[in-house]
Amino acid sequence: MNGVHDMGGMDGFGKVAPDLHEVPFHADWQARSFALNRVMGSAGEWNIDVGRYWIETLPPAVYLSSSYYRKWFLRLERLCLDRGLVSEAELASGHSNEPGRPLKRMPLSGPQAGVAVSRPNHDQPPPAPALFEVGQKVRARNIHPRSHTRLPRFARGRLGTIERIQGCHTFPDAVVESGVVRGEWLYTVVFDSRELWGPDAEDGATVSIEAFEPYLEPAR
Amino acid sequence: MSGSHDHEHGHEDHHDHEHGSELSEMQLRVRALETILTEKGYVDPAALDSIIETYETKIGPHIGAQVVARAWVDADFKTALIADASKAIARLGLQQKVGDHLIAVENTPATHNMIVCTLCSCYPWDLLGLPPAWYKSTPYRARTVKEPRKVLADFGVTLPDETKVRVWDSTAETRFIVLPMRPAATEGWSEEKLASLVTRDSMIGTGFPKAANEVAA
Repeated sequence: MNGVHDMGGMDGFGKVAPDLHEVPFHADWQARSFALNRVMGSAGEWNIDVGRYWIETLPPAVYLSSSYYRKWFLRLERLCLDRGLVSEAELASGHSNEPGRPLKRMPLSGPQAGVAVSRPNHDQPPPAPALFEVGQKVRARNIHPRSHTRLPRFARGRLGTIERIQGCHTFPDAVVESGVVRGEWLYTVVFDSRELWGPDAEDGATVSIEAFEPYLEPAR
Repeated sequence: MSGSHDHEHGHEDHHDHEHGSELSEMQLRVRALETILTEKGYVDPAALDSIIETYETKIGPHIGAQVVARAWVDADFKTALIADASKAIARLGLQQKVGDHLIAVENTPATHNMIVCTLCSCYPWDLLGLPPAWYKSTPYRARTVKEPRKVLADFGVTLPDETKVRVWDSTAETRFIVLPMRPAATEGWSEEKLASLVTRDSMIGTGFPKAANEVAA
């Protein structure tokens, strides 16, 4: 979806302000919200792509004015409601009215859960041989899916070069749109900054994205 | 207010002053959801405590710094790291396991690498811990792909004109870490001492390692 989350190249947000007071969490609720997301995310009820989509679909003004962990919390609350894990009445009262239903997977539990947290592997069997090879010119497709995609707007329609083939990974668009977990070839595609930004580009810069094969077409 | 403060602690404080409620509202809402999910048997509060403690005390930039220092002293490890970072790091036998699809990109006098995630805030947690507020901030996510040198200037970093900038947008589940250049005048240093030069920002590409004379002899 063409949402405010897809902000690469936007102007007007000011300077980057390095943090003067760095701590992992700036409030206790941020830490609890983070950990709640990790535990519920391990229950198999949604995957990382679906989780991202439910942040992207926050109202734009809420997205832009909320901190990272507030967005995480709002996502979790909405997903729990959508999946029937909690009810509006329960959220209003702050207590459960009925026992939970079985979850798809046993979520992380116990005092060693932190050690068990790890990034899952995203490899999938290839559906077909890779269409593109390293060094080949490709164009990012001019597509604007209403649902989730990981092709940023700034790259669409632009001419780039395949630099690496990263293997065959779970295709986020299909997971979110139809719940299908399947693989697509993933490439690192590098663009000259001038191709992306025209005469306003900085000199001598290149930008790469990680692009799934359906995002790309051979350059003509 | 601008940048990271606007989007993290400063933001919540700010709203608290302005509307008298966001901070307490978030405390109440998070507590309510945790209570409900716990009462239903979905969530074990001990697991929450353990996850928080892990990210507050165990996983952080010291892990990435160890990897960088090893690459500086061991050419074979560096070759393996560039070829397949997850596999190479797994062989180091670090206490905390790192995930798959990690990619190390090497800075040279010709090329300076910077990592960003324009679509959300993907970050190599396993090696660097949770991202700093500025990495997740709107200005960093919006500007880095368009004007990386101006973003570097916000960090007080200036590159030689002849150095090209390469920005890696983390749009999939591949995760990037920058292998910075080894500082001058560090010949013969131990890995541990070298690791003390490696800053978090130098592994994202928004800074350099400390100079040799910045750490105690």
